[in-house]
Amino acid sequence: MSAISSYARALAVDGGRAFPIATRRHVHIAGEPLVLIPLTMAGEANAPLAAMVGTRRDDPALLIVPQPRNRDLRFAFADELAAVVLRYVEDRTRQGIETYGKNQDPRYLDAPQLLVPNPGGVGFVRLFGRSTRFRRTTGEYAVSPDVPLLGRWLSFLAERAEHPGSSALLPMTSALNLHWATGQSSLEDTNLAATLGWITSGPDAAREAEDPTVWPPAGPSTDPTFDNEILAPALRQWDEGRHERARALLDRDLRTQLEPTWRLMWQAIDLLRALPAGDSVDARWTEDRNEFTSYYMYVNSGGYPQPRRDQAVAAARRLQRLEREQTAFDATLALDDPLVMANYRVTGEAFAGTVVESEPDRKVPGDKGRRVLRPLLVVRSDDPLRLTVGTDVVSPGRRKQVAKILEIDGDRVTLQIEKGMTVAPTPAVGEEITYTSVFPEGMQSPKLPTAEDTPWTHGGPPQPYVASDDDAREVWE
Amino acid sequence: MEPATQARLSQLRGNAPAKRHNARTVAALTGNPGCARRAVLDAAGIDKNALAAQVGFPAKFGQSQFAITRGNSFEAQVKANGYAQLVRMLRETLGLDIEEVGSKDLETVGGNESQELRHIRARQALQAAVEGREPLTFLDHPLLRLDVGGNNVYLEPDLVAFHHDGVLHVVEIKSFAIIDDQADGSKVAAAARQSAVYVLALRRLLGDDRVSHDVVLVCPKDFSNQPTAVKIDVRKQLIILDHQLTRLARIESLVELLPPGVSLDLATHTREELLTTLATMEARYEPSCLNSCEMAYLCRHEAAGCTSALGATVREELGGVETVARALELAAGRAVPSVEENDAAAMLRNTARIYGSVAPA
Amino acid sequence: MTPAFLSEQATLAILDDFRSGQHRGVVVDSPPGAGKSTLVVRAAAELVEDGQRLMIVAQTNEQVDDLTVNLAGRLPGALIGRLSGGSYVRSERLARLANVACDTAVAALTGCAVTIATAAKWAYVKDHSWEWAIVDEAYQMRSDALLAVAPRFERALFVGDPGQLDPFSVVENDRWRGLTWDPMQSAVAGLLRNNPGLPVHRLPVSWRLPSTAQPVIAPAFYPFTGFRTGTGPGERELTYTTTGFGRTPVDRVLATAASSGWGYLELPARHTMRTDGEAVEAVADVARRFLHRGTMARSGDKVEPVTADRIAVGAAHRDQVAALQAALADAPGITVDTANRLQGREYDVTVVLHPLSGRRDATAFHLEAGRLCVLTSRHRQACVVVGRAGIHELLDAHPSVEPVHLHEPVKFPDGWAANQTVMTHLEQHRVPA
Ligand code: SF4
Repeated sequence: MSAISSYARALAVDGGRAFPIATRRHVHIAGEPLVLIPLTMAGEANAPLAAMVGTRRDDPALLIVPQPRNRDLRFAFADELAAVVLRYVEDRTRQGIETYGKNQDPRYLDAPQLLVPNPGGVGFVRLFGRSTRFRRTTGEYAVSPDVPLLGRWLSFLAERAEHPGSSALLPMTSALNLHWATGQSSLEDTNLAATLGWITSGPDAAREAEDPTVWPPAGPSTDPTFDNEILAPALRQWDEGRHERARALLDRDLRTQLEPTWRLMWQAIDLLRALPAGDSVDARWTEDRNEFTSYYMYVNSGGYPQPRRDQAVAAARRLQRLEREQTAFDATLALDDPLVMANYRVTGEAFAGTVVESEPDRKVPGDKGRRVLRPLLVVRSDDPLRLTVGTDVVSPGRRKQVAKILEIDGDRVTLQIEKGMTVAPTPAVGEEITYTSVFPEGMQSPKLPTAEDTPWTHGGPPQPYVASDDDAREVWE
Repeated sequence: MEPATQARLSQLRGNAPAKRHNARTVAALTGNPGCARRAVLDAAGIDKNALAAQVGFPAKFGQSQFAITRGNSFEAQVKANGYAQLVRMLRETLGLDIEEVGSKDLETVGGNESQELRHIRARQALQAAVEGREPLTFLDHPLLRLDVGGNNVYLEPDLVAFHHDGVLHVVEIKSFAIIDDQADGSKVAAAARQSAVYVLALRRLLGDDRVSHDVVLVCPKDFSNQPTAVKIDVRKQLIILDHQLTRLARIESLVELLPPGVSLDLATHTREELLTTLATMEARYEPSCLNSCEMAYLCRHEAAGCTSALGATVREELGGVETVARALELAAGRAVPSVEENDAAAMLRNTARIYGSVAPA
Repeated sequence: MTPAFLSEQATLAILDDFRSGQHRGVVVDSPPGAGKSTLVVRAAAELVEDGQRLMIVAQTNEQVDDLTVNLAGRLPGALIGRLSGGSYVRSERLARLANVACDTAVAALTGCAVTIATAAKWAYVKDHSWEWAIVDEAYQMRSDALLAVAPRFERALFVGDPGQLDPFSVVENDRWRGLTWDPMQSAVAGLLRNNPGLPVHRLPVSWRLPSTAQPVIAPAFYPFTGFRTGTGPGERELTYTTTGFGRTPVDRVLATAASSGWGYLELPARHTMRTDGEAVEAVADVARRFLHRGTMARSGDKVEPVTADRIAVGAAHRDQVAALQAALADAPGITVDTANRLQGREYDVTVVLHPLSGRRDATAFHLEAGRLCVLTSRHRQACVVVGRAGIHELLDAHPSVEPVHLHEPVKFPDGWAANQTVMTHLEQHRVPA
């Protein structure tokens, strides 16, 4: 949250509709995303009840678990979901492959994108991945071979969702809230129907969205009244052996719970697609494709399921990477979008103004006695100037051209171009320009020891992972 | 509590039976302690759920029967066969060399026993256990009492006290899962606050050194029904709770602010009358009320147009200005700021100018 | 027992434990100004005099330079290697020392008895290792930074102040919670969770803080261990060479500070922006007034003027610091900074804008114990806090409701409780503005 988004919330309250806080789309929306709306059974640990899933808005598949407390039925559901997800993943690789970099590494042209309604949906994916990836396909507690594979892919997507800037698994509410400020609190923003209500209609629609009889919850939790009055009798039919009757009831009732959200998901996709993509969106999606490609190859070469928890070295490495990505994501968002940059202008980490003086040919004595080119310019700005003399800044249109602040005098900032004079001409008098100190620097992370060399300060080398029968058994007890 | 206050509160409640306190409601008092409305409603034992529904803003805390069933069956399972599973876990978690020697369920015996009597019975049993006069390992459902804002309340006895070597531990059985040694941080925090209420009540009864600040949380492990136990240190929760209960605005002073003779009896008052009475009790709405208080939808309705309804951060970023309308007037330069509003107005004008310079029309 | 004796006993026990070779790590908790650097220099010097070589890890370039200068002075016959990153510019004070070698490559410093660098620089060193290491300001270091440097040494002495601010990350992620090697925790926290048997010592005496600070800072921020101050009542004194104009609140708070070591200038209650103009002015007025009144600080027999460089102004947020700097543009020698950057520093008097002043709510950031501890424990003589009335009520209405994570040790002190303790004390030294 920021001064800009808070101000936009105030405007939204007053105007009776959401206000934009971005002019560009900062997430990638795939040509063929896989939309998934999961529902779980209250009281149980991530026990699936139903899911609506598919890549086409007019053709969702409804998967149901006729008795979620029955673990065999849960794994039958996992098998059905696996069929959808694994086919979807496989299809991504059919879009072709390219090579890149000096090692000519392979990279698929497409990658999976899973869209869920809210952060709870991401939690479902993570936990369902966790509860299925260790399953065995032989022996006492055997499941279908697709189930552990599904577990790995869901776990992969859930892990990607932790990476700032990744679009591999997006909660729709977060994607919308990155672009629009509603007239309600961020807590209420996690309700997809309410957020969309603010964007497409107004506060009345948002209030209506809180009525579970009008807009059933977008999952994974269900409405308690639905549980007690509709779901419970249907499950009783199953328990009493009337399986066909139960399935018919559940199919009808769960469909009515899920369909409204299904429509909202596609409405949200349309809204996001209508925004022009930010310049860096493609580069970030390329990172998603890289990660997809390497994980696809790892899985196909028979790799292990993801460990339950990070070991010491893996944890440190992951943290450092997430920090790098967060910094880069925050900076590129602003450089891609003047409305995001506005946040930094308010806090004084950026300023916008007009070039009032420009000396493109200025030369100063350099280190080695020779005179070097150091163009000079003066920008007049109405923004609060809180950057200090000596700070390096860049401009959105000239990301590779680094300027240093030489002087601030009232509303006039004098800058000297230090690097990248040739990548773009020196800004000319009269040009409107924005400069910011927030830009992705080549942050380096230190080399960490290998896992086998984990030092004593961090518990020493960890036990290597060996799959055990316990892994396969846990869910059945 | 003064008899006069007691009388005012029971007048406020009318003929409806008093809602009983439990550890959750006491813990919740420390959640938004600045709210006078809830403090008074709770002290009077008013059924907030019914009240909210009656005034047209029903709470949305419905409980799924699946969750209730699962909670009950898990608890029953943990306590089954003379607490067998519990004993095993306590041995493992607390590293204690214990054997189950005896247990007592202090749930009502006769049926119409008064709370006072039940509390005395619980106290005697607990004392007998810690003083070694009676070999008891588990004391289930002891009815405890706690002074809340000058008001002695009985706590719904949802706890098992585990006794070992003269020291009691509170055992809290919850049905949320512990997966790969992690659980939902806010659920654990809520459990810790509730346990702290019991620890505090037990300490006031038996003395600080008789009750451990380590409580035992028992939850299902991973995706199974197998219980697992973990120790939780509730010292921080105790510090806060203790402080809150002593500094909690005395109910007396809040009750004095009520107009004379008011009542919230649902049977005898119209919706409008109830709303008028509620309006005399100052609320302090914040979005997290939606998750913690039955009155939230009414209070949110009243707070419409206030910056606080958008959350504390938003309010701060709008310069702390009370209402959205005022913030926007200041931002647009349509209003002359008061001395107090000067800083905020300058910031808002600047934000508005920058937003306006780049936002799509 | 005199403070000096207590302190010496503790130091001997620490050095014994460290040199005994029985433990791979020895931890030393040091309250503010308890002689941490003295200990580090002494431990290093004794190793060198014993013919050993060692490495020292500090957190910032300034800390490294400080230690380098002290070591070079203590060990005139030994070569001290100052390892640095590419962008580091050697400071004046190092350039003057004959027995200090500076280089960006560790290979060029192999002849040095002591090699010293920041944790960030050490993380890039490969293929060299030392039998002995000292890690300074270890509570400011993150656990993942220790992971990167730990392969470089066999055994180490970890020294730091547990009351300071926890290390920070831009990433919010709970995935490592509960793990003993959680990379987000402090280096010491992780070290002790992975090696629960390691000895933890503490330095018992704060030489910096005046005796008036002990009854506040010790119970609020070091609730289980406490500490005592090296000087007793009457050994420190603040006097003003010019008299005040009379009864202005600023002069009254200066008088309170002189007599009690604390002052709390309380502005009328009001909800304000973070950069509360009036509060900023009040802080600047107090700081400036210390200068204008010709303040003299006596410690034992030594009397010295409190010049601008002996005064610090602290606040929680950077925008507040910017506003304070602007308000004090006419007194350029006064240090104005955030709590983070005041860590480890020492002044005669400090003036603090209370983190909760004028606020409507108290967030985890504002309640962090380390922040208030740093701000209120930098002074040798007196600390003046400026705030709006109503902080106590604010605290009462906003108890911390942090999530609780399983298997994670509870960290004390609790920021909310520490704030209460400090506030209760400050109210005894209240001067209404
Ligand atoms: S919902 Fe209303 S009554 Fe309940 S705590 Fe919030 S403000 Fe108070």
